Amino acid sequence: MAICMAAVDVRNLVKRYGSMDAVKGISFSINEGEIFGLIGPNGAGKTTTLRVLSTLLSINGGSVTILGHDLSKHAAEIRKLISYLPEDAGAYKNLSGRAYLQFIANFFDPKEAPAMVTKGIEITDLGVRIDDRVDTYSKGMMRRLLVGRALMTNPKLAILDEPTSGLDVINAQEIRKLVKTTAKSGTTVLLSSHNMLEVEYLCDRIALISEGKIVEEGKPKTLMEKYNARNIEEVFIRTVHE
Amino acid sequence: MSGLGNITKKEIRELLTPATFVPIILVALIFATMGNSIQGIQEQATEPPTIGIINEDNSSFGAIASTLLHTHAKSVYNSTSIDDLQNGLQTVKERNGVAVIIIPRNFTERIMQEQPGIFQVYWIMKGAGLMDTISSSAVESLIAFINMNISKELIEQNSTVNASFVLSPIQRSETTYFKNREFIGISPNTISGMLSSQSLLIPIVMMMIIIMAGGIVITSMALEKENKTLETLLTLPVKRTSIVSGKIIAAAFIGLILAVIYMIGMQFYFSGFQFSTGVNLGTYGLVLTTGDFLWIGMSLFLALIAGLSLCMLLGTFAKNYKSAQTLTFPITMLAMIPMFITMFADFDTLPLALKIFTFAIPFSHPMMAPRALLFHDYTMVIGGIIYVAIFALVTISIVVWVFKTDRLLTGTTKFKWLKGLKRRRF
Repeated sequence: MAICMAAVDVRNLVKRYGSMDAVKGISFSINEGEIFGLIGPNGAGKTTTLRVLSTLLSINGGSVTILGHDLSKHAAEIRKLISYLPEDAGAYKNLSGRAYLQFIANFFDPKEAPAMVTKGIEITDLGVRIDDRVDTYSKGMMRRLLVGRALMTNPKLAILDEPTSGLDVINAQEIRKLVKTTAKSGTTVLLSSHNMLEVEYLCDRIALISEGKIVEEGKPKTLMEKYNARNIEEVFIRTVHE
Repeated sequence: MSGLGNITKKEIRELLTPATFVPIILVALIFATMGNSIQGIQEQATEPPTIGIINEDNSSFGAIASTLLHTHAKSVYNSTSIDDLQNGLQTVKERNGVAVIIIPRNFTERIMQEQPGIFQVYWIMKGAGLMDTISSSAVESLIAFINMNISKELIEQNSTVNASFVLSPIQRSETTYFKNREFIGISPNTISGMLSSQSLLIPIVMMMIIIMAGGIVITSMALEKENKTLETLLTLPVKRTSIVSGKIIAAAFIGLILAVIYMIGMQFYFSGFQFSTGVNLGTYGLVLTTGDFLWIGMSLFLALIAGLSLCMLLGTFAKNYKSAQTLTFPITMLAMIPMFITMFADFDTLPLALKIFTFAIPFSHPMMAPRALLFHDYTMVIGGIIYVAIFALVTISIVVWVFKTDRLLTGTTKFKWLKGLKRRRF
């Protein structure tokens, strides 16, 4: 049996904004190639956790190790290995979709940049509109461009905050399939979502977070059996409110 | 609550933010400081000018001139021999005076022969700003007043006197001492006028570059936040220093292009109504060499980098495009203040507080450099360049530090040392 190395290891993570504790000592780990979902209501600490893991925010306590690198000491190394898609991200409005993907690819290995852009264009599936200015895109087109941007760099760890936010059913479905395919090719995925069906479909394991604490963690099927629930939504309501 | 009241209350609450008031309060404080300093200079100017008088002419017109000079000016040196000129100049200089006036031996005699009596005026010029020449203007007015009184006297004595002579019975022979140089035949006002026209372009161009390029940097930071692109940028494998430097270099490049376009326009504007004073600065050795232009270029470039790094720091406070517009205001003021100061007064003649304030503004240095270089004051120019370089380095380091903290995204910064201090205190 192959030993799975933890791609992400979070131990007693604490993050404060002034006097408010946004994250209160959470711990979890994600195996390589796994899709891990962080589920919780608004203000539970999901986005803060993802921002910390994306090297955007410093931590007030605990430790975070990503792909063998200590977050507090080697943030620059971690940035070479991860890709982060914020929930309400935007793109440079004066650039075309293609120019935006090119701009991002230029931060990586120059030899791989053309292939990255080709992959990004393929993921976005924007057709001829890829050469139009970003400020002419609809919300759905913009989100596809950003998902393409996040996944085209072949990250070891993709951190996706509400990846299907604002997308219609068809576009959301396409993105979910894309995330699955990406994970199969070896990328570890950490995502947050409000959409319980999406979580059930996508994630190998989930952690339910409420008021800055992880209240339950495990495989969706196991958790549904444990709480005798028909879906993750029911599990979530029982763990948070009962 | 009525609809109007409800909307008004909401709008006031939105507008009553530190971002709205802090820049205006700062500007008000700057204006108050400037006003106090200028008031001090004005009060100084309303006092009678301090002069030295050497009267070699004991006859009637010499006596009239001497009496009027004593009445309307503060005489700190009196003599009856031109041999005492150097002593007179030394005393007047020490007493912060403006000129030594010599009434020569043949003054009355020449006037009686219907030839203009010559006042020999030795000016001690302290600065080349508009405010610096107030005292010399007062002496010029006093000489005009003496001229008028002698005219009256001549008419009373002899009604058939030559009309064209009687209007100007006095002429001036002038020598000006300024920054250890002797300018024979010209007055402080002429020198000030020449230097102002020579060094007006750089302050205006500097001010315009800073306003334009500074606006670009602040707006760029605000748009990164407003368009939600900053978070993505900060998670990419790029150094914070590169992000900061890249934004500054791009803005400096655009700023310089704008400056060139602006300078071309300004050159045409100035050439449209420039008039010659008939005096060539080169005659007095006041010429900028190629090396001097390199110093000015270096000073200008560093001030631009310092200014843009300051804008970048302000830009980290900008939440959106609207707040960015407010934040460009203090930078605009910081660029305009040294321009007006250098126009109105010489750095050397400023009160100490204003001198420190002017030196502290990085944009002052390229504005003051051309005049300083004309008089070979390299200490001032090189000192300024070193100061501006340090200012730019420190500001860039602070910006990079801000980029490494949470402040950019959350608006708060974690000060470990402050926390430790609070723990110890309580």
